[in-house]
Amino acid sequence: MVTKSHCCHLCVGVDMSLELYDGGLDVPQILKKWYQSESKSNYGAFIPFVGTIRDEDSIEGLSFDIYEPILMSWFEAWQKKAQSRGAVIKMAHSRGDVMLHESSYISAVFSPKRRVALELIDEFVEDFKASAPIWKYDLKNGKRIYAADRSTAIGGSGILGEKI
Amino acid sequence: MVRVEFLGPIQKDAMELDIANLKELAVVLQGDKELEGWLKNSAVAVNDTLVNSLDVALSDGDKVSLLPPVCGG
Repeated sequence: MVTKSHCCHLCVGVDMSLELYDGGLDVPQILKKWYQSESKSNYGAFIPFVGTIRDEDSIEGLSFDIYEPILMSWFEAWQKKAQSRGAVIKMAHSRGDVMLHESSYISAVFSPKRRVALELIDEFVEDFKASAPIWKYDLKNGKRIYAADRSTAIGGSGILGEKI
Repeated sequence: MVRVEFLGPIQKDAMELDIANLKELAVVLQGDKELEGWLKNSAVAVNDTLVNSLDVALSDGDKVSLLPPVCGG
């Protein structure tokens, strides 16, 4: 199942559909593998989303930390939601440094008909940005700088700051 | 003892505390200058399940994690 040379860990979610890699993602290889894995599953729609690091704000790249236990449970909840609609979700994400024009994130939905896949990929990617326990850092001048201004507090945050 | 972990960019070593609930943890952490600014925007998980209230009892061996604002992708 581990098909990329620098992949040191495969995070097994529902149906082994959540993959974590060190460094940038091999987009053609991952999409090909996902396509082949479902090509005989009678899904009528396959909608991938590929996120790529853009050259902006003088960054050299981005870097990521992931908290895997909660990422796993978050992803499994989404997979159950997808399955209840006859669909399946796949996701790959990078850990550590990813340089300009490389990909750090791929997700995809397979579903019997296009409407479910179009809706699910939108809902899934939006919730991924808001809830998945992943932290992003800009790589600038050899430093790793937390992207605080682009980050979102997870729902329910702040309880430890409440007045006692 | 309860283990308290600070994830992502918080950059603080884990703590081992003798506490019975999240309210006691809040009192301890609110007195920690290193955490100024993080407590109001961090989510809290007990044994890797997110919680929305301080009314949670803690037992010996439990793990509490603080998750600051996220940005995957």
